Amino acid sequence: MDTPLFEYTLGLADDALISAQRMGWWISRAPELEEDVALANIGLDQLGQARSLLTYAAELEGEGRTEDGLAYLRDEREFRNVKLVERPMTDFGVAMARLLAFATYQLHLYRALSTSSDTTLAGIAAKAVKEVAYHVDHASHWVLRLGDGTDESHARMQAALDAEWPYLAELFTPIDPSLADRVADPAHLEDAVVAHVRRVVTEATLTMPEVSRALGGGRQGVHTEHLGYLLAEMQHLHRSHPGATW
Amino acid sequence: MTTKDWPLWEVFVRARRGLSHVHSGSLHAPDAEMALRNARDLYTRRGEGVSIWVVKASDIAASTPDERDPFFDPAADKIYRHPTFYEVPEGVEHL
Repeated sequence: MDTPLFEYTLGLADDALISAQRMGWWISRAPELEEDVALANIGLDQLGQARSLLTYAAELEGEGRTEDGLAYLRDEREFRNVKLVERPMTDFGVAMARLLAFATYQLHLYRALSTSSDTTLAGIAAKAVKEVAYHVDHASHWVLRLGDGTDESHARMQAALDAEWPYLAELFTPIDPSLADRVADPAHLEDAVVAHVRRVVTEATLTMPEVSRALGGGRQGVHTEHLGYLLAEMQHLHRSHPGATW
Repeated sequence: MTTKDWPLWEVFVRARRGLSHVHSGSLHAPDAEMALRNARDLYTRRGEGVSIWVVKASDIAASTPDERDPFFDPAADKIYRHPTFYEVPEGVEHL
């Protein structure tokens, strides 16, 4: 098995999967019904990306596991997502700050990946680029409105950015050297992603946070205490009723 | 939480090039740009459209049910307004 490629694919898949689960949390909780639907749509796009990536990861592993096996039957320490996406949604500003950061990263990553020599990853990425471009657009519009809105919305949007920003750095963890020239290296994307986010943040009359980086480790399976609870909810049905369908 | 409700927007979707925009429904949004985005999510998620218009519901002037009779009834008995009222003389070409 090509372990570095498997781990890389799993990292992309788990980022999308865990983010999708957090997006789903907003259904019935968003400020308006219209926003419920918007966030659910975004979550479903991410889930679609996760499914394709998990299927490919299972194929790379070659041990007969399926996308469901990887999504529902791994424990916390086996997940490879970054901490950015697993933390709870504390308010709508946090959701938009996180989506802006994460979707912008995904946009640049998928764009780079769509021309990589791994044709499966390139295909998945090419399809996902349009989806995440819309996610960036949605988050940008909200950050602009909340940042350049009332005193209250400005303060909460800034607080949300400050809370999410320490977790951004982990997205740019360099990849295994054996993967160089075969996939997109997130370490090369940091400047472009930060510049992209900065344009939105500045236009929204907000300030780029100057905060120290949070500890990484998600790609090695070291997570915050929140992931276990998320997985319990996400995996419960499949583990109680293996293979359940409807 | 919002203390004030977002305004209502009416959504018109064009299914294909060459067709007209058709009223699809309504939604709430804080402004026109977000209304377009909400319309995209609510009314075109299964590929229903290639173009969307949104109009603030309060900007639409509409006839009221009270005016129905004076507005529309007079048209009912004026059969000469329909092309079928006229007989086409025999031998007329290019009609």
